[in-house]
Amino acid sequence: MPKRDDIHHILIIGSGPIVIGQACEFDYSGTQACKALREEGYTVSLINSNPATIMTDPATADRTYIEPITPEAIEKIIIREKPDAILPTLGGQTALNAAMKLVEQGILEKHGVEMIGATYDAIMRGEERELFKKAMTEINIETLRSYEVHDLTEAKRIATEELDFPIIVRPSFTLGGTGGGIAQNMEELMEIAEGGLKASLTTEVLLEESVFGWKEFEMEVMRDKKDNAVIICAIENMDPMGIHTGDSITVAPAQTLTDREYQIMRDASLAVLRIVGVETGGSNVQFCIHPETGRLAVIEMNPRVSRSSALASKATGFPIAKLAAKLACGYTLDELPNDITKETPACFEPSIDYVVTKLPRFTFEKFPSANPKLGVSMKSVGETMAIGRNFKESLQKAFRSLEIGVDGLDLKAEAKLNQDRLDDYLLTTCTERTIAIKSGLKKGYSLEKIQEMTHLDPWFIDQILQIVEIEKELIDATALDFDLLKYAKKNGFSDEQIGQLRGCKGNDIRALRKELGIFPVYSLVDTCAGEFAASTPYFYSTYGGQLDETRKTDKQSVIVLGSGPNRIGQGIEFDYSCVHTVKALREMGYEAIMVNSNPETVSTDYDTSDKLYFEPLTFEDVMNIYETEKPLGMIVQMGGQTPLNLADRLLEAGVPILGTSPKSIAAAEDRELFRQLLDKLELKQPESATARTFEEAEVIAHRIGFPVMIRPSFVLGGRAMMVAYEEEELEPFVNAAFAASPDHPVLIDRFLEHAIEVDVDLVCDGTDVYVGGVMEHVEEAGIHSGDSACSIPPYTLSDDMVNRIKTACTAMAMEIGVKGLMNAQIAVKDDDFYIIEVNPRASRTVPYVSKATNVPMANIATQVAMGVTLKELGLVGFEPKIEWYAVKEAVFPFNRFAGVDPILGPEMKSTGEVMGIDKNFELAFWKAQVAAGQILPTEGSVFLSAKDRDKDWIVEVGKNFSDLGFTLCATEGTAQALHNAGLEVSLTHKLSEDGSNVIDLMKEGGVQLLVNTPSGPVARVDEIKIRSEAILRGLPIVTTQSGAKASVKAIKYIAENNWDVKSIQEYHL
Amino acid sequence: MKKAIIALEDGTCFEGRAFAGSGEFYGELVFNTSMTGYQEILTDPSYHGQIVTMTYPLIGNYGINDEDIESRGIFAQGLVVSECSRIHSNWRATKSLPDYLEENGKIGIDDVDTRAITLHIRDKGAMKCVISTEDLNKESLVAKAKASDGLIGRDLASEVSIDSSYVWPEGGKADAAYKVAVIDCGIKLNQLRILEELGCECTVYPNNTDAAAILAATPDGIFVSNGPGDPAGAPETTKLVGKLIESKVPMFGICFGHQMLGRALGADTFKLKFGHRGGNQPIQDLRTTKVEIASHNHGFCIDADTVNPDVAEITHINLNDNTVAGLKHKKQPLFCVQYHPEAAPGPHDPFYLFEEFIDLMKENK
Repeated sequence: MPKRDDIHHILIIGSGPIVIGQACEFDYSGTQACKALREEGYTVSLINSNPATIMTDPATADRTYIEPITPEAIEKIIIREKPDAILPTLGGQTALNAAMKLVEQGILEKHGVEMIGATYDAIMRGEERELFKKAMTEINIETLRSYEVHDLTEAKRIATEELDFPIIVRPSFTLGGTGGGIAQNMEELMEIAEGGLKASLTTEVLLEESVFGWKEFEMEVMRDKKDNAVIICAIENMDPMGIHTGDSITVAPAQTLTDREYQIMRDASLAVLRIVGVETGGSNVQFCIHPETGRLAVIEMNPRVSRSSALASKATGFPIAKLAAKLACGYTLDELPNDITKETPACFEPSIDYVVTKLPRFTFEKFPSANPKLGVSMKSVGETMAIGRNFKESLQKAFRSLEIGVDGLDLKAEAKLNQDRLDDYLLTTCTERTIAIKSGLKKGYSLEKIQEMTHLDPWFIDQILQIVEIEKELIDATALDFDLLKYAKKNGFSDEQIGQLRGCKGNDIRALRKELGIFPVYSLVDTCAGEFAASTPYFYSTYGGQLDETRKTDKQSVIVLGSGPNRIGQGIEFDYSCVHTVKALREMGYEAIMVNSNPETVSTDYDTSDKLYFEPLTFEDVMNIYETEKPLGMIVQMGGQTPLNLADRLLEAGVPILGTSPKSIAAAEDRELFRQLLDKLELKQPESATARTFEEAEVIAHRIGFPVMIRPSFVLGGRAMMVAYEEEELEPFVNAAFAASPDHPVLIDRFLEHAIEVDVDLVCDGTDVYVGGVMEHVEEAGIHSGDSACSIPPYTLSDDMVNRIKTACTAMAMEIGVKGLMNAQIAVKDDDFYIIEVNPRASRTVPYVSKATNVPMANIATQVAMGVTLKELGLVGFEPKIEWYAVKEAVFPFNRFAGVDPILGPEMKSTGEVMGIDKNFELAFWKAQVAAGQILPTEGSVFLSAKDRDKDWIVEVGKNFSDLGFTLCATEGTAQALHNAGLEVSLTHKLSEDGSNVIDLMKEGGVQLLVNTPSGPVARVDEIKIRSEAILRGLPIVTTQSGAKASVKAIKYIAENNWDVKSIQEYHL
Repeated sequence: MKKAIIALEDGTCFEGRAFAGSGEFYGELVFNTSMTGYQEILTDPSYHGQIVTMTYPLIGNYGINDEDIESRGIFAQGLVVSECSRIHSNWRATKSLPDYLEENGKIGIDDVDTRAITLHIRDKGAMKCVISTEDLNKESLVAKAKASDGLIGRDLASEVSIDSSYVWPEGGKADAAYKVAVIDCGIKLNQLRILEELGCECTVYPNNTDAAAILAATPDGIFVSNGPGDPAGAPETTKLVGKLIESKVPMFGICFGHQMLGRALGADTFKLKFGHRGGNQPIQDLRTTKVEIASHNHGFCIDADTVNPDVAEITHINLNDNTVAGLKHKKQPLFCVQYHPEAAPGPHDPFYLFEEFIDLMKENK
């Protein structure tokens, strides 16, 4: 059965902003789907609010709508584009949920649009627990004993009459199990169930028998309409049941099952797929197995491609999303070729001859008040994958790919633990557990004891024990001979790690290794364990082989270093730039070689580059590739901090760095050198100085004048940065800064209060500069630029100011010697501007600027790095004509971290971003808010609460809301201020007082919007409660003055006007 | 652990170490891409005369248990893996893989680049080899490999078949719906287990039994099992199968049994370059065009061009290389497949074939 010819135009729903539980894997799957469908001649329209994706590049689809993913927006697109079909299975839970609403609201039926890839009923059976359980009963597959409850009374009854503690609480229809948890007693149950009921779109949670400690597996399955069904990959969770699979260390293929058990699970997976009714596409089925009896139960299934399917695709070389898209439009698996072998059909099951390990990446340091214990709700923000010939090699490579300052499962990792608390780590589901296992084994804990404490399968514990034993051999050996070094390398020990053990440098080990002739070989990921020849150059390194499969070509090549695992501050935006770099290089005729370790990305799609090396981004691993491939050079300015951190060592080792030299990059980062540069250019910087003692700090603060920004040195991402407005705040903040980075000076800057922050992205070729975008932030200076909303073009700045800023940035770029991209952050105060920071590399805003202006910045920067001039590119004196506003808004993970105060500050906390684009700022801002989940109301009641310093503007905002017909409510101080201004306001009690407070109001639906600013740097507990409650309830909350003002404007506009959607291609016409 | 050398007849040598056994072992070196199921593979009599390389690098993780045994012992001459697990972990495990190989007097080699071996075989074909822990002289070993008996033309099935017939299940099956005569060419026990499960009492005969003796027991169906070696090297078995076909009793053959039925119906067989061994092979049923994923273990194959279309229909093909994977007699209740519906190891997709055999017996009863 070939593809369908009764449909011609397909609308794909993307997954929106990067959030915990839904990251760039859906950019990978969505982009693949667009490519696959267009390859078949279909017209593809898509909706995705995330500008940082390759998916929303104008070239990826025929019509690209960067619009909020809501039923209203989708209906407008359907009306404009008249697609025949809608494909919702490649955009994660967001797309699935949106599609369900479209069906429920009758929108698809009304416009005659067919849902392909999954049916409404199948999605319901897959997602609705009771329906799912019923289906499982029909096919005799055990599920966990569970009960669906809709309120706390029911929950209490179940816990009393039906289930024993511990009880697992799983909310329905949420992302990554938000609001779920394990309850050990009734009190915990009430607390967790309440959160779960709120988090669930359907106010429904499942109380489930605990299978804590059981073995956990995932099966990635595909099925076509002819009922051909195959397993793409089996994934075993090294961390047993009790930790969300997204937060678990997972391994492919399954390691500890016999074929008999594996086949039972295989049969069950296929039966699940069939009964749920997934007719075409990929699904994920999760199982648990009792480690002593082998009792097997199904946990859940996802009737769509998922994070695991992206991992499975990268782990096996089988492109699940691409195939899923083709199956959705009518093909069957036997009609499609295996992408890698080209000769054999896609209708088979991949066999792999290596071991894949995935490690989650956490950022608890950003949310110190969050509970770092892992559970059934996902908390990691990224992941890394490593491939090795054995598990130890794979695991250690994965650890060094994590980029957390360790070189494997090494001594540095152990040093991060408090060794006195070893038992605590081993007994809790914490992020340190794997390392603690190693420490425990070294301390003499038996394998059995560790197993008892952690429930890990003994096989995995023994693997770690082997690492411990090799470590000891490396320490004890009088000299490193060939056999021992080779043995260590085969088991994944890095040069640095061996150096630590031998008391020498990694470079020394590297030299010795080369002298002894110990080099890695590169093997192919080929889907078939070598049974057939593979045409696709997708490699991993191993010391466990003798056959090198790299292929030399006559083309000049360039290595592009990627950005590694996603983390807050370094995510999909950098992968976007890397993909553009690779594309630009290929267009220019170079062979583009991609190196990256993040399985979620488009850059690690073997289709993206000429050669893909799935490797850790460390000096050792990168140099090995360099020496094998002998490229012209490397591009390090696209992948964020990860490649930049390697640049100096690479340069020292003789690697040509293409584009801006690492020396120029360092000059911009060195405070003193940068100050000299600004002096030379007669540019201003906020006054600043460093203090070594509190007394020094006091003197400086008085000289500069309050408010001052206080920050510790040698910390990343704005850790422990604070603004002291008055004398009494100085001492605690300065002390906190000293505590955050002991033995280092504290930096004190003048804080530019109520300044407008501006971001600039440009490309410089050494002679000319092209300023791609000047972005005006909505939030004031002082809030991390990654967390601010911003607008292109600027919406309040004068043309003169914009031109002065452009001139200044041009001068800086020339002076620094930028060859490629540069980002500058500038604060505008009154008629002056101050340079805050300059980074001569790709910034987070590159994709946003590129989409807002239709000028592909990363592509241009790559050409410049390769020697093309801006003049040749026609960009000298070029000004993109922008007759619209594009507003970027940040998206935060606060809903994952109960108890964390959702306020903005100098430390970045957002995981993703959205863009709203329209003819004026108000609409663009409104769309960005909606896309970010902040649905601004046009009527109802606004709760206002602000500290004294903010009372002036809060009154103004209150008046605006009142004029728009909103009713106002406030706590005492704010209410008084509003009342004094002649506004009608109802008083709500403080949380500490008796009577109805704002939390009660929220519960009763008596508040539609909250404007709530923090009372001080250390927020009061009740404020945090209020803000957290709003986040949990999904109520819009504004915590800054500028945010409140922009929101008022947007609400006013949307209350009076209609809105529509428009594709990027139409804007860019 | 002892150093070991794997020497191939084309002069290629691989160095490793013996994690079980010692001495010198001869066989055809083949590779299997199943990621699980080493116990079933080792005990599959079809591997008689062969040394198996597992492409999945970590083997032995789940040990050996008492249930997943496909015959009376290990038939493969040796096992070559990248890394044999030093501990085993599974609730059913009763012993380790190295112990099991030792007990059976076989050799296990690890610390070898199994991908290099696989790619070599893929490019050059399965070939004769010797593994030695004693003679470590490569030249001498290559000469020994060259001089060793290959598979071609040898009747290996007769070497692994049984000496006298027996009834499965032991003591008979009281409520059996069908009596099945089974020709043991090196049978995997799971074939018998499934037949039993589907209501059959099996009488298992050596492959040199007289056809008349088998037919005298008036079986409802005849089943020809899998087995090792070159089908062209077993003319006596082919003759026996030919005579059984004449009886028009419903027949079903698997793997070597399929080749025997094919040859008895006039088709030729040929040696594949490196065979099909693994649990992930796509088989298309040409009648429905549906694809099933099936377990494979064969080095020889029926030549499609020699199948007389008046006598037999090709019902299944292997989509990887379009070779014949299933035949059906045009007029008689007879069919056979090249692959392994009994799985063990491998997927259960083709299980329906056993049910079709039952249906065939039912229709013809």
